[in-house]
Amino acid sequence: MSSEDKDIDKVTGIDTTGHTWDGIRELNNPLPRWWLWTFYLTIIWGIGYTIAFPAWPMIRSATGGLLGYSTRAEVAADITRFEEANAEISAQLAAADLNTLAENEELQRFATSAGGAVFRNNCSQCHGSGAAGAIGYPNLLDDDWLWGGDFENVEYTIRHGIRNEEDWDARYSEMIAYDEVLTNEEVDQVVNHVLAISGQEHDATLASAGEGLFLDNCAACHGDAGLGNRDLGAPNLTDAIWLYGGDPVTLEETIRYARFGVMPPWGERLSEAEIKAVTAYVHQLGGGEE
Amino acid sequence: MSDTDTTPKAKGFLAKHAILERSPTLLLVASLLVVSVGGIVEIAPLFYLENTIEEVDGVRPYSPLELAGRDVYIREGCYVCHSQMIRPMRDEVERYGHYSLAAESMYDHPFQWGSKRTGPDLARVGGKYSDAWHLDHLIDPQSVVPESIMPGYAYLIDNMVNAEYVADTVATHRIVGVPYTDEMIEVAAADTLAQADPDTELYDDLLERYPGAQIRNFDGEPGVSEMDALIAYLQMLGTTVDFSTFTPEASR
Repeated sequence: MSSEDKDIDKVTGIDTTGHTWDGIRELNNPLPRWWLWTFYLTIIWGIGYTIAFPAWPMIRSATGGLLGYSTRAEVAADITRFEEANAEISAQLAAADLNTLAENEELQRFATSAGGAVFRNNCSQCHGSGAAGAIGYPNLLDDDWLWGGDFENVEYTIRHGIRNEEDWDARYSEMIAYDEVLTNEEVDQVVNHVLAISGQEHDATLASAGEGLFLDNCAACHGDAGLGNRDLGAPNLTDAIWLYGGDPVTLEETIRYARFGVMPPWGERLSEAEIKAVTAYVHQLGGGEE
Repeated sequence: MSDTDTTPKAKGFLAKHAILERSPTLLLVASLLVVSVGGIVEIAPLFYLENTIEEVDGVRPYSPLELAGRDVYIREGCYVCHSQMIRPMRDEVERYGHYSLAAESMYDHPFQWGSKRTGPDLARVGGKYSDAWHLDHLIDPQSVVPESIMPGYAYLIDNMVNAEYVADTVATHRIVGVPYTDEMIEVAAADTLAQADPDTELYDDLLERYPGAQIRNFDGEPGVSEMDALIAYLQMLGTTVDFSTFTPEASR
């Protein structure tokens, strides 16, 4: 458009767009300068940004950017920073003998709080955020241990887990499902015997009939008196602590179909210091043995 | 500074904009052209740049049972509350494990990165918990995690997986680019059932086809239910990459 085509508004002296609506014309005001310059600046900034940071796709890969920024390098640096800050005490913990941990108060404090973090992230889903366990998942607050509660045993359990397929050194034992071994009547007798030795209400006749069956079938792992055997992870049946339940219905289910609690191995997932830390944490929860 | 008289030279060219403004069709076409520049620059290179998906050892297509479980995961909307994307940040790496790699979702159609975490990230949940835990947790989450707000999915144990449909799913995934072989598709139905049976005759064949596949009766019940499929899927998430042979390229 040449200047002759301009349709100047007489009142303001400003060019109009040429659009009219019922005789009303639209002024063609230029954009505010501050807006226009900001717009140009963002374009310049954008070009600078793509030069400084990874951006432009080339033939085989994208440009790396003059600043050499990389999210991977950043996270690696961040992790290294914290690892270095903890390096000394972590190495000390990894090499520590947990039995003498109590002698080094600073290391013990570090182990307990670091272990608490590991526990809440990895263990709490099964054992509970307060470590009180759930049905089928052992309570770690009490002193009733299936596989042993001293530092060595807790550490071994954490490192290798229980009855899992990933770790060949995992603790292993398998209860027999007696559904096809015992008759219905015999199952009932064994249930009553277990009720008797655990001090619960029971049928004395059935219980005494079940004693022989218990000695033949169960005592190999649970012991003649039903006190359990930690080498086999066989629970003590005489106390009031039950992993799956001590009522007649649950006991019958356990005897008929057996139980097979699995714990994953953590040796590969956690660092040496983390394993020691979470061992120390679990040990100090209340039931730790010497 | 006068506002009325600026850059007369540009005015002649810029004035041509009026042509576009006055023709809706032309404006539409021109907008499309402008927008497609963004697409060409940002998306197209991802298909040819060599470092889009870096090569890592161990990533394999999903086994048929895992794929069936993945379908359950999508159907039940697990992605609404769970992400599968560990971002490269220290806190995420500390909590969930190594940050996710592009290769780990290369056989995902569609990917399950998610955009929100009401529950935790699941990208590396595989092997972290026992099958029994997953079973208890899916039936009644509060039985093992009292503070959880996740709903229960107990009915999955009663829904049986139809192996024929799983074979169709495998074939469909090949159409969208997952490198399943003819043989894999042919035996997909049998593989589906085999993976939930630890005594299966196909044990070694299955492991050869899908290295590292876990073969167990995941839900402890007879038959192959959607619960088996979902747990099989969850137990393999994030477990395939061999990080002992992985060195991160800094340029990414």
